[in-house]
Amino acid sequence: MSENTAAFQTRRTFAQKITALFAAHAVPIIFIVISALAIPISGFSATYLIQELLIRIGRNSFLILSLLIPIMAGMGLNFGMVLGAMAGQIGLIFVCDWAIVGVPGIVLAMIIGTPIAVVLGLLCGAVLNRAKGQEMVTGYILGFFINGLYQLVVLYFMGWFIPIADTSLVLSRGYGIRNAISLMGIRTVLDRLLPLRLGPFDIGTFHLGYIDVPVATYLVIAAFCFFVIWFRKTKLGQDMRAIGQDRAVSDSAGIPVDKTRIIAIVISTVLACYGQIIYLQNMGTLNTYNSHDQAGMFSIAALLIGGASVTRASIGNVFLGVILFHLMFIVAPMAGKNLMGQAQIGEFFRVFVSYGIIAVALVLHAWKRHNAIMNARRSLRGAPGKKEAA
Amino acid sequence: MPDMPLLKLENIGKEYFGNRVLADVSFSLNRGEILGLVGENGAGKSTLMNILFGMPVIASTGGYEGSLYFDGEKVSFKSPFDALDVGIGMVHQEFSLIPGFSAAENILLNREVLNRSVLENLFSPRAATLDRQTMNARAARAIETLGVDIGVDTIVSEMPVGYKQFIEIAREIDRAKTRLLVLDEPTAVLTETESQILLSALRKLADSGISIIFISHRLQETIGLCDKLVVLRDGRIVKEVPVKDTELSARDIASWMVGRNVDNNPTARRVNSSTGEIALEVEHLWVDMPGEAVRDASFTVHKGEIFGIGGLAGQGKLGIPNGIMGLFPAGGTVKLFGQAVELGEPRAALDSKMAFVSEDRRGVGLLLGERIDWNITFTAMQVQDRFLKDVPFFGKFLRLRDDVAIAEEARGYIESLEIKCTGVGQRAVELSGGNQQKICLAKAFCLKPDLLLVCEPTRGIDVGAKELVLGTLRRYNEEYGTTIIVTSSELEELRAVCDRVAIVGGGGVAGILPASRPPEDFGILMMGEKIDA
Repeated sequence: MSENTAAFQTRRTFAQKITALFAAHAVPIIFIVISALAIPISGFSATYLIQELLIRIGRNSFLILSLLIPIMAGMGLNFGMVLGAMAGQIGLIFVCDWAIVGVPGIVLAMIIGTPIAVVLGLLCGAVLNRAKGQEMVTGYILGFFINGLYQLVVLYFMGWFIPIADTSLVLSRGYGIRNAISLMGIRTVLDRLLPLRLGPFDIGTFHLGYIDVPVATYLVIAAFCFFVIWFRKTKLGQDMRAIGQDRAVSDSAGIPVDKTRIIAIVISTVLACYGQIIYLQNMGTLNTYNSHDQAGMFSIAALLIGGASVTRASIGNVFLGVILFHLMFIVAPMAGKNLMGQAQIGEFFRVFVSYGIIAVALVLHAWKRHNAIMNARRSLRGAPGKKEAA
Repeated sequence: MPDMPLLKLENIGKEYFGNRVLADVSFSLNRGEILGLVGENGAGKSTLMNILFGMPVIASTGGYEGSLYFDGEKVSFKSPFDALDVGIGMVHQEFSLIPGFSAAENILLNREVLNRSVLENLFSPRAATLDRQTMNARAARAIETLGVDIGVDTIVSEMPVGYKQFIEIAREIDRAKTRLLVLDEPTAVLTETESQILLSALRKLADSGISIIFISHRLQETIGLCDKLVVLRDGRIVKEVPVKDTELSARDIASWMVGRNVDNNPTARRVNSSTGEIALEVEHLWVDMPGEAVRDASFTVHKGEIFGIGGLAGQGKLGIPNGIMGLFPAGGTVKLFGQAVELGEPRAALDSKMAFVSEDRRGVGLLLGERIDWNITFTAMQVQDRFLKDVPFFGKFLRLRDDVAIAEEARGYIESLEIKCTGVGQRAVELSGGNQQKICLAKAFCLKPDLLLVCEPTRGIDVGAKELVLGTLRRYNEEYGTTIIVTSSELEELRAVCDRVAIVGGGGVAGILPASRPPEDFGILMMGEKIDA
């Protein structure tokens, strides 16, 4: 009889496990279902979808990867990454002005952006240390504040006492950078550095064309992934994991909590700077006053769609997220057009989804934390056998 | 000098804001010796350990008197890290473990074994990777020393509570330098068998030359384990005895711990005004109050009685009144004059004519920034619709505060309770602790309760005010026949003011005794031993 009970319990826990699995991965599962429905409606060919996805994975992954380390250190989703994006853009503006093209241009933009990103990262880290527990909203607002400084520099100082030689970059009034800058000199240079073309894919009478793979970009991303894996194994990474789980315990064990948190944010900011440069070299145009705004929001949304939470994120979450997020962006407008007769619905969907998913993730996080606290509270009383009278 | 004691304390004393908590404490501890430190809550054990550990709270409150010698040298630690450096390890009552880390990672927290690498020279040692193999081996060795079987890969959050305690101790053992280990209530969370394993592990450690200071409320195991016993009471050493040579009983120790002069307050004993009618009936109460969890408590209180609830901190005595008042999630049945009270709903408790004076005076008890008269009448206004003026034609929808009645009520209490203030308009935050407590009492009296629950009425107030507050409670009980439940950590105070005293232990009622019983009887109940009622 007791064996039966045991077997029954195992079966039940198995069913519970499946429910728990769905509950834990609700967000990616919803996106997979939506995409699976939208792909046939959109009518895109497989090669088109794969080509588009390959480009977008290369474009965005680096930015999203830069979010991993602060999550490890318990600082949540680093909304402050837009600071790094701004640093990268300043680097790109100078590179354009000096007309340095090709890969050297990209490398130089990174070199210029790095010290700016480090300083902004130190600032961000110092501010976040004064707002422990509210890192996300603080980082978000800090992004607006630094955006103001960025505009001051780019819109008023550049071309005034920061010399800009190329007049085509400068507004007609004589100072300030134009709203949109063409990055023709460095456009897709990293993507085309090591060309690889697959195909043509011809199945029967269908001529499906070629697929170009941006090999060099992927190598850079792979290097970054190895960096993250290696970083987790270092003492610094271990300290960050400890701090992420319990600041007070880490502090009493002698781990320099504040310093380590600043390091996490600086690393994230610098990597976001590189990520934004990689992103923009693929896009080929710099929206001087808007590009960085979207970087943070869309990267965070993509990471969350990949199944990450405010406290846990892996490299797998990054790639699953970037694939699902962009798959939807590619197919949603066309599916919307085919269903409703207008592509606008897809564009609406994109913004709606980005903000919605962040809201959902934050609510889920609060809910899980509430549950954890309730469980901890219940466990205070100890042995469950003792409260049968309840 | 092999005979020199490892640790020597000379005339250690400490005052917090003019309040003496330690005086003239001297003892010494030899290598490989186990010293048991016992005393009631507030006897000064924690302060003594804070001094030994160089906790910042000591220096920030004016340092301490006397001198500390470790290994023959005079020491004065600026921070706990200094103490760790010379080889003093401490295992706290609260776990300081990282929940998501494995046993090995926790044992070697911030002392990880690192692989050599070029990067550490380029950047910092923190850029080197962890040598997990060596770490696991070292952790396994430390766990083995304790004589328990815990996998080094086990995640701490998935361990039973007892294991976590072993991990904490293993962490201190792994420190090669550790020569003195301080354990604060290590067995409080352990089962009987786990305790036995731990005690024998400690014996083994002591035999290997590590000295141990063992703080515990479980007297039986303290006697079994220690070589020497130091009993603290009111900040002084009342007894220092070798354990092995003498026949010690738990009863002796308990009487040393609580044994104040029994006759020091004989006039305080009050006339029992209980009628025998049952006022409050509590059955199988459980309360999820952090740090004061109640598991299964049952008792009855008679009408007109002053009922005391005592016991050591963390055993659940504060959980009982807080749970009855609905301030924390609770279950079980509570009946007030035969009527069941809805739990988990403070409003229901207030509506059934219970009033509460919280132990958290500044947090729960008072609206610190508001006037005295508002503080006194606030709950009555909210719950009983008193001190309100009707506005014509608006009925129940709009009513105004009746400032005249409020001030008058407050003035009455200021006079009768001798509250020292500049007037009814003074803000509560500006008053002294004792006067704030009187405001809390006035607020409760103002509700005209059938049952008054008072928690820690004299905590943090000076001696003179203590007498006044206790006197007020007694007088109120005698004048109005109100049933009162007093919860306090001060046993003497309970014995002076109450008819009967319940001692709470392990989240349940360990025993209920008439207040006239000698103090050591209560002491024995507190220590978890049985006694005939």
